[in-house]
Parts: sequence; structure tokens; C-alpha cells
Amino acid sequence: MKKVLMSVAVGAAFVMAAGSASAQTLNQVKSRGVLQCGSNTGLAGFGQPDAQGNWTGLDVDYCRAVAAAIFNDASKVKFVPLSAKDRFTALQSGEVDILVRNTTWTMSRDTQLGLEFGPVNYYDGQGFMVRKKLKIASAMELSGASVCTQQGTTTELNLADFFRANKLKYEVVAFASSDETIKAYDAGRCDVFTTDASGLYAERLKLTAPDDHIVLPEIISKEPLGAAWRHGDNQWGDIVKWTHYAMVTAEELGVTKANVDEMLKSTNPDVKRLLGTEGKFGEAIGLTNDWAYRIIKLVGNYGESFDRNVGAGSRLKIARGVNALWSKGGLQYAPPIR
Amino acid sequence: MSSVDAPKLGGTGGDEKPHVAFWNDPEKRGYLFQALLFVFVFFLVYQAADNAITNLTKQKIATGFGFWNNTAGFDIGQRLIPYETTSSYGRAFWVGLVNTLLVAGIGIVLATMLGFIIGVARLSKNFLVNKLAALYVEVIRNTPLLLQLLFWYNAVLKALPEVRDSVAMPGGFFLNNRGLFMPEPVFGASFSWVTWALAAGLMGYFAYGRWAKKKQERTGQQSPVLLVGLGLVIVVPLLIFFAAGQPLSFNIPDLGRFNIRGGVQVYPEFVALLLGLVIYTAAFIAEVVRAGIQAVSKGQTEAAYALGLRPGPTLDLVVIPQAMRVIIPPLTSQYLNLTKNSSLAVAVGYPDLVQVFMGTVLNQTGQAVEVIAITMAVYLTISLFTSLVMNWYNSRKALVER
Repeated sequence: MKKVLMSVAVGAAFVMAAGSASAQTLNQVKSRGVLQCGSNTGLAGFGQPDAQGNWTGLDVDYCRAVAAAIFNDASKVKFVPLSAKDRFTALQSGEVDILVRNTTWTMSRDTQLGLEFGPVNYYDGQGFMVRKKLKIASAMELSGASVCTQQGTTTELNLADFFRANKLKYEVVAFASSDETIKAYDAGRCDVFTTDASGLYAERLKLTAPDDHIVLPEIISKEPLGAAWRHGDNQWGDIVKWTHYAMVTAEELGVTKANVDEMLKSTNPDVKRLLGTEGKFGEAIGLTNDWAYRIIKLVGNYGESFDRNVGAGSRLKIARGVNALWSKGGLQYAPPIR
Repeated sequence: MSSVDAPKLGGTGGDEKPHVAFWNDPEKRGYLFQALLFVFVFFLVYQAADNAITNLTKQKIATGFGFWNNTAGFDIGQRLIPYETTSSYGRAFWVGLVNTLLVAGIGIVLATMLGFIIGVARLSKNFLVNKLAALYVEVIRNTPLLLQLLFWYNAVLKALPEVRDSVAMPGGFFLNNRGLFMPEPVFGASFSWVTWALAAGLMGYFAYGRWAKKKQERTGQQSPVLLVGLGLVIVVPLLIFFAAGQPLSFNIPDLGRFNIRGGVQVYPEFVALLLGLVIYTAAFIAEVVRAGIQAVSKGQTEAAYALGLRPGPTLDLVVIPQAMRVIIPPLTSQYLNLTKNSSLAVAVGYPDLVQVFMGTVLNQTGQAVEVIAITMAVYLTISLFTSLVMNWYNSRKALVER
């Protein structure tokens, strides 16, 4: 009775919220046969559909890896493009199973939105882009500037903090979508375009004359970008977390998309545990023991994904930097599989 | 009183109602069903609210209105009331609301003016004027408003020069793609005298106007209303202004490193939104006006001509007053549409209520239920208030049957 009344009265949002809080996300995904992944509406290198509707990007690969681990099929993902301001509502209401949309992990988001944040698949920081002809070398010279940014982002808040802390004046023009933001900057509405540094390089490609613009050296914030899921479903959280860790571990152990079949014969106990030839780690998270093999076979390891989407093998050509493995001076570190 | 009591006093005669059980009495039964329905609806609403709160708490999503006083931490471009990064979410709400009211208020006035001109033009006997107005209405009415807004925003931005090539106009006006910069009036302390004089002058002008109208109705003599009005509204306040030592100066904008500094700024986002809303709504108002005028029977015009009135006064004194009765109700709904359509501001980066409150504040607090409920309540209030005013105006213009 309660359920009937509720669905009549409150509408879909609460019904979905009520359903998802208790039910296991994994079971829902399995019975649906497809993973629903909240993605960017279009950010080169992270999540963007091409003309044929094929999604590519670092965040997209994360979702594909989760689908590969569950279904042994990396294509069983439905990408739901979300604007920055709508993304959390979509996840809360159960419209998507997982949000991998260059989303910054912050304390308030982790504790007040009913969400859990997981491994960081890209360590980023906020930067500024300006026109070369303004002859500006540092963000400290930006007093009095107009700044275009996207609303509903940590960017909007860091921007306010930065100008407040440095006692600089500015005028903000906030847009709902990243496309509108970069278009307004391109049209000359603003002197400065600001977003995460990786986004600056990606968005610069959309400008009419990308070479007329430079990215300033200052990085004004910490932006750990990662995956998010609904609070309370720990089993689902384990799957999301260990999917990323498996990709990082694979890179560390030199297991690649190309050599993963050979590696099945490896005698290295770390590799054996990763690929499921030893132990029952996959069953422990509700999947099959070859879960990580599927991820690497169908998507690749973290290094491969990074390289083809944002790194040297992509148009963005972003250096690994802090996103290198911990053993190479970076921050990407996976807990051991044992 | 006694006449009401009379039948009862009549004793046990046929007048007395037969004693029936309350479920057989249609009136009492009606009350019962009303009460049951009320309880049912109340229960439904209670269940909905209770369920929402239970589920939100279970998912560890913050609830309640405690966020209202928390620090917002973000900035807003156009603000008519003081607001800083450290202000509260509640303050951000008011900034957004004032911006919505500004664009809706100015939009309604301009759309009405443009709509009436186009509406009358569509009835013109001049072929070119008539067809141009028809073209305007058909093109504007049949394309989505969102598209038009984006068009105007890009048109406004593209047409204007960059800051360095600002068009400097006489009197300290600058025009560039950051907006129109105007000198900002700075009022001295004694300027309030001028304001009071202006208010008194306006009241005097209206009082004199009423008196003159009554006098004309009574005696047929006309009074110099315009001349007296000009004197009361302009000359007297001007004299006081000079007597008080000209307590008014201007903060003239000048070119800074990036932007124009000082002065009042009219943002291109505001202009684009206003243009879009006015042009779109005017097309609908034009049709409403045309319908209203055509609803006035041709005989009225012919009768006016027969009395020797020229076409101008005929339209003014005979046709329009009667057409207004048909025009006002649909005009009201166009006003409501314009106000609600202003929420498309988000597409062009204008910080209206939806952009600021339902956009950034919702995203930061994650309290979708509360924020959307407040936003809906605000639009409902604005719409009801607009309807109230227009209904009052309508009842004044309605046909008075004698």
C-alpha cells in the first residue's frame, strides 16, 4: 500500500531512490544487461562520443572496464551524458549506476550528497587559459578580468577562492554546459577561461584558433577526479574500486591487452592472482575469477588507456606527470591483490 | 429572524423534515465525502513527504533548510543587491530572484509595447506594413525560444567590438562585448529633497488632472493640464535641485587593463535574454491584440465615422477600449509565459533564479527536493501575483452593464 501511494504521489525520482538504496546495484545491472554510466557531454580525452556515437576517453574506459568485468563485454555500457550541475541528481535518483565524469572528490560531496567516491583515475588541478595577445605571464596579473566558467563545478568555487585570497577583482560569467562556456570565451566575452588543466588542453582544441591561446603556469587547486556511486552499496563499491586497481596493477606488472593471454601462463604469483589463475578474488566481489583478465583483454591496463586517450598517443599529449605509477614518481598506487 | 423560525413553531405539521439517517441525507453525506477526501489527500501528501525524508536519510543525503545560511562560496556576475563570495546561499537566492524580476518586469513592458505596434500593423491597409508584420509573427512564433536566445546571444556578442576597440560615446558611454557601460549617478545627501518634490509634483499632477476632467464633464471647459503638469513634475523639482546645490555627480567609466572600470554595466547576457523574450512574446501579444481589435464589430467603427471622428480618435476612443476586454485575459497568460520563459536564462549565462539557485546552489548542496520546491513556490507566487494584478485591471475594464 505504502509503495503504491508513494509512486502515485511523489513521482519517479523518489521511487527510484527508494528502490536503489536497498537493492543491490550489481543485480540490477545484471538483470538489465547493461551498465548505465554517467558521462561528460563531450570532453576530449575523458568522455566524448564521435560522429558514429562511439564513446572514447579515460572515463569512458573506466566504465567499459566495469562492464567487461561483469559481462565479459566492454560494449554493454549505456553512456548517459550529464551536465556538471545535473550529474549528482542523476546518480542519486538511480538514473545511472556509476558516475565517471571528471568529477572532483571533495568532502562535502562525499558526505552530504549520499554518494561514495572511489579511486582517483586522474589527478588534476585547476588552471587558466588566456589569449596570447594579452601578454600575461601569471594568474596574479588577472585583476579586473572577466572569467568564463561552468556552473555547478568545484572550478566555480576555486575561482572565487583564488581571487578572494589574492585580493584580485574579477567578473564571473557562468554557463550550464562546457560547450556554451568555451563558445562564449571564443567569442571574446571573457579574457580568461578556467577549468581543470586537462580540460583546458581538451577545450582548447575546440577554439577557432587554438594557437592564439596559452595556459598559464599556475595550478590553483587539487582536483582528484574519480568514480562515484551511491552510498550504502558496498559490494558495488568494491567492484568499482577494484576495477581501477586491477588496471593499475596490470600496468605495474607489465600485463597489457596484447600479452594478457601469454601472461595466463606466467609463474609470477602477483600476475596469477590478478588474472585469476590462483585464488578466488573475483568471486569475493560477486564476479567471476577471470574478472581482471576480462578488463585487460577488452580494455587494457591503466597506462594503455591513459596513453591512447590523453597521453602521448592522443591529440592532447598530456604528460603522465603525477598520474604516473607510484614506482615512477607518480601517485597511481593500487593496494595489493591478495 | 422570526420568519426563519416560523416553520419550526408551526408544530408537528407537514413542514417538518422527516427524520432520516445521515447517510440518506444528501447534504450530510456530501460533507462526509468531502471530509474523507480531505483526509485522503492529506494522508497522500503526508506519505509522500514522509517517504521522501525517510529515503533521503537512508541514503545519507542532507535534508532540511539548514543550508540557507551556509556560505555560498561562488560569485555572481550581475547583482543588483550587495553580494559577495562569503554571502549565504539565501543571499544568492535573492540575487537570482531580483535578476529574474528585473528581466521579467522590463520584458513585460517592452513586449506589450512592441506587441501592440505589430498587432495594429497586421491590420494595416498598407500592403508592405501588413505583410511585414505577418512575416514577423509567423517566423518568431514558429521557432523555439531557446534557439532564438542562443541566436541573440551570439548576435549580440559577435556584433560588438572587443574591449580595446570599445565604441566610446559622448557622455562617458562605452559599448563593447562586455556590455554597455554608463555613467553611474552618485546621489548627494540632499538629493532626497528632489525626490520628495518629484513625488509631490506627480501627485499634484494627477489630482489636477482629475479635477480638470470633472470640470470638463460638468462645464465643457478645458484646462491647461499639460502645462501645469510640466511645471509641477519638471520645473519645481529642477528648481529645488539647483537650490540644494546640485547634489548629483557621476562616476564615469574608464578603460582598465582588461575591462572598463566604474560606471553601471548592462551585461550582454541580460540584453540577449531581454531581446529574445521581448521579440518572442511580442509575436504572441500581436496576435492577441489583432484578435481583440477584430472582435469589435465593424458597426462600431462605422458609427464613429458617421459621427465625424477621424480614424485616429476612432481607434483610440471607440475600438481599443472595447478590444481591451477581449485582450486582457490572454495578455495575462502571455505575461506569465514571459516570466516563466525567463528561466531559459541559463542557456546564455544570465544569473537568474534558476541559474543561480536551481543550478549552482542545488549542485553544491545536493538538496534537490528543497531547492526545487522553493523555486517552484517562487514562480507560483510571481505568477499568482501577476494574475491578481491583471484580474483587477480586467475587472475595471470589463463591460459595466447599467
